[in-house]
Amino acid sequence: MSLKTINTDILIIGGGPAGLSAAVSAYEAGARDMLIVEREETLGGILKQCIHSGFGLHRFGEELTGPEYAHIYISKIEEYGIPFMLDTMITELKPDKTATAVNSADGIFEIKAGAVILAMGCRERSRGALSIAGSRPSGIYTAGTAQKYVNLLGYMPGKEIVILGSGDIGLIMARRMTLEGANVKLCCDILPVPSGLPRNVEQCLNDFDIPLRLSCTVSKIHGKDRLAGVTLVDVDESLSPVPGSEEYVSCDTLLLSCGLIPENELSRGAGVIIDSKTGGPVTDENLQTVVEGIFACGNVHHVHGLVDDVSIQADIAGRAAALYVGA
Amino acid sequence: MFDVVVIGAGICGAMTARLLTEYGQKVCILERCPDVAMGTTKANSSIVHAGFDAEPGSLKARLNVRGSVMMEEIARQLGVKYRRIGALVVALGEEDKKTLSDLLEKGGINGVSGLEILERDELIKLEPGIADEVLCALHAPTSALVCPYELCIAAVGSAMDNGAELKLSFEVDKIERTDKGYIVGAGDKSVSARCVINCAGVYADEIARLVGDESFSIRPRRGEYLILDKECGNTVSHTVFRCPDEMGKGVLVTPTVDGNLFLGPTATDIDDKEDTSTTPEGFASIRARAVSQVKGIDFSKIIASFAGLRATGNTGDFIINMPLEGFVNVAAIESPGLSSAPAIAEYVRDMLEESGVEMRKDPNFKAERKSLHRFSTLSIEEKNAIIADRPEYGHIVCRCEGVSEGEILEAIRSNPRPSDVDGIKRRTRTGMGRCQGGFCTPYVIGLLARETGVDYGEISKFGGESLINIGRTKSDL
Repeated sequence: MSLKTINTDILIIGGGPAGLSAAVSAYEAGARDMLIVEREETLGGILKQCIHSGFGLHRFGEELTGPEYAHIYISKIEEYGIPFMLDTMITELKPDKTATAVNSADGIFEIKAGAVILAMGCRERSRGALSIAGSRPSGIYTAGTAQKYVNLLGYMPGKEIVILGSGDIGLIMARRMTLEGANVKLCCDILPVPSGLPRNVEQCLNDFDIPLRLSCTVSKIHGKDRLAGVTLVDVDESLSPVPGSEEYVSCDTLLLSCGLIPENELSRGAGVIIDSKTGGPVTDENLQTVVEGIFACGNVHHVHGLVDDVSIQADIAGRAAALYVGA
Repeated sequence: MFDVVVIGAGICGAMTARLLTEYGQKVCILERCPDVAMGTTKANSSIVHAGFDAEPGSLKARLNVRGSVMMEEIARQLGVKYRRIGALVVALGEEDKKTLSDLLEKGGINGVSGLEILERDELIKLEPGIADEVLCALHAPTSALVCPYELCIAAVGSAMDNGAELKLSFEVDKIERTDKGYIVGAGDKSVSARCVINCAGVYADEIARLVGDESFSIRPRRGEYLILDKECGNTVSHTVFRCPDEMGKGVLVTPTVDGNLFLGPTATDIDDKEDTSTTPEGFASIRARAVSQVKGIDFSKIIASFAGLRATGNTGDFIINMPLEGFVNVAAIESPGLSSAPAIAEYVRDMLEESGVEMRKDPNFKAERKSLHRFSTLSIEEKNAIIADRPEYGHIVCRCEGVSEGEILEAIRSNPRPSDVDGIKRRTRTGMGRCQGGFCTPYVIGLLARETGVDYGEISKFGGESLINIGRTKSDL
């Protein structure tokens, strides 16, 4: 049996900030035959749940919320008539730029593309990946998952909060949880410097008197059903625990903001070589990977601090893909 | 009045309940947790051992070898994944080499087929990932992989589909003997049955004491494990063991039946029967041991860690006996308990039959159970046919493990029914991948809430106080 096949000049995998920006710039560079494939039910990616402001200062010269920032691109996608498929997941990408996709309406089908733009974004480092010892109760969330519960679903994960890792999502959630009435006890980071933006340390921690403890990590999780507390421990210059510095802090929630990992499982399957430092594809100046015609941009390429930078990088990939397919 | 009450819905209780159902018994399974497979069964090495390790003549030896032979067919009937990949026990020094020849001899006496000792040159042809320090290895080709909770859930489901009852959150605290049998109570609830099978894992000694049997005790022996991303699943193609010592079979490095790389366990005797916490020392010990057996393990790809408790008894062997008429202990089922479970069920059936319980095969017993993992094993044509019929199979919920909404709904609607997020996870593998549920859990909660009629905010991780959300935003918390 031959599968239903869609042919397109440019396949864009992911409808978050990178995919949207790449699609818009490819269109503006002359490409017309394009398809964005998004696994969630709406375009916008993680921007949908980033309801705080601070986006767009570099790109648009104004301060926007995440949904507002995404809306600018989604409006252009609609204006240009760029096709997109929602609730659709690419399950495999081959080096010849043939993708296998699945959704409820079409079943399993193939997309044969002239060029592919990888824009799958990243995932958060989980407790498991961090190998934090102790029990395994509920109450431990990556910061982004907690953000989804609070901002999109309207549920509170907990009210006595400790945050491990000073990544931006963790800092933003420190403020968010405080505004929602939770008690954020502290934010700690194993490194001697905060990993989030200085403005977030200022506006999300300092403005709310939330202590930031550097060179300090969580060494043990306590609690049977629900999280009861964590053991904090200071670390030395080699990041090894300092004996005797253990301190128990009771809490019902631990938010993890300990780094993001580019989601390159599809890329690997397509033969794309991954840089062990960035976790993203090795690319040339046009963001083309080692596989001709496959480009990468946004957080799947390397983790960016600002969405504005994601858009700027995705523009390059979009234009290069348009040029590649002869648009 | 039931014919048989089985206390404990771990792998032994599940296999025993299913077999007794097949033999016409009216069975009730009692489980103290809100789901089945929540104790030792949830967290062990998931190996169907060949049977060379146990002392010849012991119950462990006899039931392991028999169980290992039975397992493939039972897994097929239950639609549970099973992979016979073989095991290698590696020797790192001269003393280990002697242990290997002892194991070879024991295995021969126990009736294990195909055992051989491979010298290094043959060994690295078979398993190139073996560490440079390894001298030689015992090869056991009949060793296999099975997922213990998948097997247990399927066996309980099969027993229920054939008429057995399951009572969850039923923590037995009283057993009263009557002239007809036993009344088994938990708080103000009770069930009565002619026979009681005590499959209570680490609590089997406490259950035995409820009928006055103080002949044995159970002490938990904790084992910690690390799981690595499927990207590392091909690091080895066999289960690679270190030579066993007094605390057990030693750390193993193995692919899992689902394609992850799996390392562990440690062995620590503890007193708290609930303490399944992991330790930094445990992680360090697993890593150090694993690299002495296998090279090329990428520890940056760890995705999860956990610990389980072995139900270690004070006799060194399984304790399966009938201290009172109609009351059977299935106790001290530590390794090779999973491997032995199908044979333990047979052993219990025979013991009951010898004591006068009539065992007659039920001609209506359906051995086959539809697999919950059917979808991922289908051809593209078959998948498209199912999606056309039931569109929810085309919606991938768990991106890491590729689990569709259709499979989750099927799990929610199948015996034994899950009521929490971890229950869905064990049945479908949602949240078992590299993101550990970060993306799919909010959606899974929505499906559970809708299907079970429970509010979104009331859905827990594993029952009890393990709520995932504590209330709505903008409300008093």
